[in-house]
Amino acid sequence: MEYLRLATLIRAYAVRMTHRGKSGHVGSSLSMADLISVLYTKILRVNPSQPDWQERDRFILSKGHAAAGVYVALAEKGFFPKDWLDTYYQDNGRLSGHISHHVPGVEFSTGSLGHGLPVAAGMAINAKRKNKNYRIFALLSDGDCNEGSTWESIMFAAQHHLDNLIAILDYNKIQALGRSKDIIDLEPLTEKLKAFHWAVKEINGHNYQQIEDALTNVPLESSKPSFIIAHTIKGKGVSFFEDTVSCHYKYANEEELEKAYNELGVKI
Amino acid sequence: MRSVFNKTLLELAKKDDRIFMVLADIGYGEIEPFAQAFPDRYFNVGVAEQNMTGIACGIAMEGNIPVTYSIANFPTLRCLEQIRNDVCYHNANVKIVIIGGGVAYGPLGISHHSTEDLAIMRALPNMVVLAPSDLAEASEATKAMIKYDGPIYYRCGYKKEPPIHEDSIDFKIGRAITVCDGTDAGVIYTGTIGYNAKLAVKELDKKGIKCRFISMHTVKPIDSEIIVKAAKETGAIITVEEHNMMGGLGGAVAEVLMDSNLTNIKCKRIALPDVNISKVGSQEWLREQYGMSPQGIADTIEKTVRQK
Ligand SMILES: [Mg+2]
Repeated sequence: MEYLRLATLIRAYAVRMTHRGKSGHVGSSLSMADLISVLYTKILRVNPSQPDWQERDRFILSKGHAAAGVYVALAEKGFFPKDWLDTYYQDNGRLSGHISHHVPGVEFSTGSLGHGLPVAAGMAINAKRKNKNYRIFALLSDGDCNEGSTWESIMFAAQHHLDNLIAILDYNKIQALGRSKDIIDLEPLTEKLKAFHWAVKEINGHNYQQIEDALTNVPLESSKPSFIIAHTIKGKGVSFFEDTVSCHYKYANEEELEKAYNELGVKI
Repeated sequence: MRSVFNKTLLELAKKDDRIFMVLADIGYGEIEPFAQAFPDRYFNVGVAEQNMTGIACGIAMEGNIPVTYSIANFPTLRCLEQIRNDVCYHNANVKIVIIGGGVAYGPLGISHHSTEDLAIMRALPNMVVLAPSDLAEASEATKAMIKYDGPIYYRCGYKKEPPIHEDSIDFKIGRAITVCDGTDAGVIYTGTIGYNAKLAVKELDKKGIKCRFISMHTVKPIDSEIIVKAAKETGAIITVEEHNMMGGLGGAVAEVLMDSNLTNIKCKRIALPDVNISKVGSQEWLREQYGMSPQGIADTIEKTVRQK
């Protein structure tokens, strides 16, 4: 199945790229791999041979530290040569640790949290005012939802009925220093977002059918922005990373890399 | 000056449907004509400057020219990271306009003073920094800003600033304007403090001290050529700005002189001291407190010239 194939490649490459770069955030790419796979396989209307095609759907990775995962999907789709992936985090590399618009197919650079949704909302209101049909997707993290600027744009999007705006939360319930519930508990999140006049749907962010169903049926309600809360597991797919805080920082050593390949059933 | 800015922008917006205004609940009595004429290109995002800047950036990424607009520090410091990462890094065509540069909102207090803005904005790659000094410059700067493709910071005055230029001006971004010529000192100013500097220069003229008086309306990119020429031909450079002593016009001019090896001339920065201003008073009174009345400026220039 195509979703599993791409998600597995995203995972395997994310472990490999962060291993080679001795870089952090592998757990963040693993967490969203299934969401990214469905987005780039089925949902996003994008054109690899014409990255700036006017009618494309806009996708902003607000959790820019998970760049590796998106880079894999973009390379697989043909936005740039696959050998660029091995230059991730390297001297004179093509791919930086946080997502960059200098890479073909990347809509917007982020890295500091709380920037993605306001910009996405700006794109969405422009599309509304100009009667454009493309949609604007923003993928957020737990930490993103701590930022005041994210909530500023949540209020703005509802005020202007931006039903062409879709926020997806990679809700792995872990952030930089620990469990989100122990740092800033976002719950009850669905109720909060509904009170802010968003249409909300909770899904299992590792269940392809649920992801596809939710993302195919946006807007969830007309004249409201859509918020898809995807329950996920940080580090998903690699047993020794799963549901750990440390996979925000650690990278796989040689032995762990082989172990991860074995678990994923892929060798790169 | 803010009325001139708003009227000029309205005229430009009639001919260019890429112009948007994105506000954070500031502009009473000034922005209504734009809001009424172009409801589709006007948003008040509420009191939320980070979102204002992010929204504007998103609109700019789609090929438009959004203008963010608020008082003093609100559209710069509150959302500095949005300006740096979103606007400047993407070279997005966002225009950031503040009303009340320097201590224009004097008695309102430090929260409403903008006295570090030139230094901070000019430190951002891709950012152009404009500080028009009178109504003629304000109007021309607005037109030039909209014509320019890329981020611009525009420091606007607050009230009806008196004219500095007697003739019509040729305003180009990055090209300073010589208001009057002289050989005893180069007096370089930016922004609305220029009027006090002009009175000072006139006063000195009566005493036989002839200043070359230069409006550096663009603090970045700075007009190095005019600075170097004035330094070589007059042997003394005095800068005047309503801004913290650090990193503003004086700093920018000093950088040019240093890079040009012109370190053997007389130099003096007239600016606000590096303090949090807690004195209460009008703009003019505060200026006087810190040596920026016409007399205060004249005294400093004279002293500097006499040391040559
Ligand atoms: Mg998380």
